[in-house]
Amino acid sequence: MKLVIGIVRPEKTNDVLEALYRAEVRGISMSRVQGHGGELDRVETYRGTTVQVGLSEKMRFEVAVSDDFVQPTIDALCDGGRTGQVGDGKVFVVPLERAVRIRTGETDQGAVTPVGAS
Amino acid sequence: MEALTTLAKVDTGDTAWMLAATALVLLMTPALGLFYAGLVRSKNTLNTFMMSIAAIAVATVTWALIGYSFAFSEGNDIIGGFDYAFLKDVNFEPLPGQTIPHLVFFAFQATFCIITTALVSGAVVERMRFPAFLVFAALWSVLVYGVLAHWGFGPGWLFNGGTLDFAGGIAVEMASGFSALAAALVVGARKDYGRQALLPHNTVYVLLGAGLLWFGWFGFNGGSGFGTGTNSQLAFTNTLLCPAACLLMWFLLDALRGRRVTAVGAATAIIVGCVGITPAGGFVSPGYALLLGALVALPCYGLIAYRTRTRVDETLDVLAAHGIAGFTGILFIGFFAQVDWGGADGLFYGNAEQLWDQVKAAVAAPAYAFGATYLLLRVLGALMPLRGPERDEAQGMDVIHHGEEAYASGEGAILVSESTPAKTPVPVADPG
Repeated sequence: MKLVIGIVRPEKTNDVLEALYRAEVRGISMSRVQGHGGELDRVETYRGTTVQVGLSEKMRFEVAVSDDFVQPTIDALCDGGRTGQVGDGKVFVVPLERAVRIRTGETDQGAVTPVGAS
Repeated sequence: MEALTTLAKVDTGDTAWMLAATALVLLMTPALGLFYAGLVRSKNTLNTFMMSIAAIAVATVTWALIGYSFAFSEGNDIIGGFDYAFLKDVNFEPLPGQTIPHLVFFAFQATFCIITTALVSGAVVERMRFPAFLVFAALWSVLVYGVLAHWGFGPGWLFNGGTLDFAGGIAVEMASGFSALAAALVVGARKDYGRQALLPHNTVYVLLGAGLLWFGWFGFNGGSGFGTGTNSQLAFTNTLLCPAACLLMWFLLDALRGRRVTAVGAATAIIVGCVGITPAGGFVSPGYALLLGALVALPCYGLIAYRTRTRVDETLDVLAAHGIAGFTGILFIGFFAQVDWGGADGLFYGNAEQLWDQVKAAVAAPAYAFGATYLLLRVLGALMPLRGPERDEAQGMDVIHHGEEAYASGEGAILVSESTPAKTPVPVADPG
C-alpha cells in the first residue's frame, strides 16, 4: 500500500485525470500548490515595484493505492503530465502505514479499494 | 463678432448632454474589458482587459489622425476624403444641421470607434499576441470601422440611400460581429478549445461589466440624436425597454433548455438587448422596442448554443451578441419603423421600400466587415506572428505579455531594487 504524490503543471490537470481514469485509478485528492524546481524565475513589475517570482503554480495529486496499482498510477501521472520541458513536475511514492474508510471502518486494502471494484 | 453669429447655432442644452453622453460611451470600453475579463480563465484576465484599454489608446489616435476624416468627410460613396485629416477644420462651429460644436461631435464619434475596436478582441482573447493586436486594432479602426461608419453614419451610400441606422447597427454591431468571425477563423482556435472545459473565471465581473455597459449605452443610443430632441428621448427610453424584454425572454429560453436561469446568460441578454435597439432606437415606438427585445433574443440564443458545438473558437460570441443582434435590429426597422416615431414607415406601415433599404445594409455591411478583416489579418499574419507558441498559451497571456498576474499573492516574491538586482536565473536545464 503506497501513497503516490504527483506534482504536475496546472494545464496538464485534465490530461492526468484522464490518464488516471483510463488506468482505473479512482480515489484521488487534488490541491493547488506553489513550488520551485528547475524552472526559470519570472520577473514581474507592478507600477515601479519589480519582483522576482521563483514559485510556480502546480497541481498536487495524492493517490493512495494497493501495491498492484502503484505502477499504473505512476505511469498515468507521467504520461498525462509530460510536456518534455523543464517544470513538468515530480512523482513521489511513500509507504502508507494505515488507511481507514470513515464510513465503514474498513482498513488498509479494503479502504483504498474503490467501492464497486473488488 | 462674426464668430459669435455662427456660434449662436450651438444649443447649450444639446451640447451639455452630448458632453455627458460622450463620457458615458467611453465608460463602455472599460466595462467591456471587465465583461470580457470575467469570461476568460484567470491566467488571461489582464490581457483580455488590456485589449479593451489598448483599443482606447490606439483607436483614439487613429480616429483623430485619419479615421474620422474617412468616416465623416465628403469623399465618395464608399469612403470619405482627407478634409478632416489631422482634425483640420474640427472646431467650435457646428456641422450643418447640428446644434453641437463639431469638436464635441468628433469626440462622441471617437468613443464609438473605440468600443467597436475593443469588441472585436472578444474573438481572439487567450491566444492572440498583444503586439499583433495593437497593430491590428490600428489598421482595423481605420480600414474597417472608418469605411463602415462612412456608409452608415457619414455621407456614404447607405446613409444617403435612405437606410435607417440610429446608433450603429452597421458600423458598430454588424462590423464588430462579422469581423470577429473572420478574426477567429484566421487566428484559429485556442489550443485547449474542444478538449477541455474553458469556463468563465469570475461571473460577478461579467454581470458588473454588462450592467456598466447598459449604463453607458444610454449615452450611446441617447446621444445618437446629437442633442436632446424627441428622437434622443425615444432612443434613451427604448434602451431601457428593449434589454429588459430581452432579459425576460432569455430567462425563459434558459429555463426551457436547462431548467435554470443562468447569470452569464443574463449578462449576455443585456448586451443582446442593447445591441438590438441600437439601430432602431430612435425610429420605433416603445411598444415595438419591447417586441424587438423579445425577438432579438431568439437568433442570438440559438447561435450561441450552436457555435459552441463547432470548431470555430469565436471565443466570446461577438458574432451572436453583436453581429446577429445588430442584423436583427437593422431588419426590424424595415418592418416596424414609423414616421410618427421619428423614422420612415416600414413594411407594416405600407412602405416596402424601407425594408429593401435595410436589407441592403444587412447584406453589404457583414460582407465588407468579414472580407476586409479576413484579408487584413491574413496580410498581418504574413508580416508578424499573430500568436505565440503553445507553451505561452499554457502559461497564460498575463505573465507572457504583461509580466503581471491578476491575482498575484506576492508570497514568495523577492523584491528587486538597484541595491539588490535580480539574480541571473540559473536553470537546472535549458527549458528550450
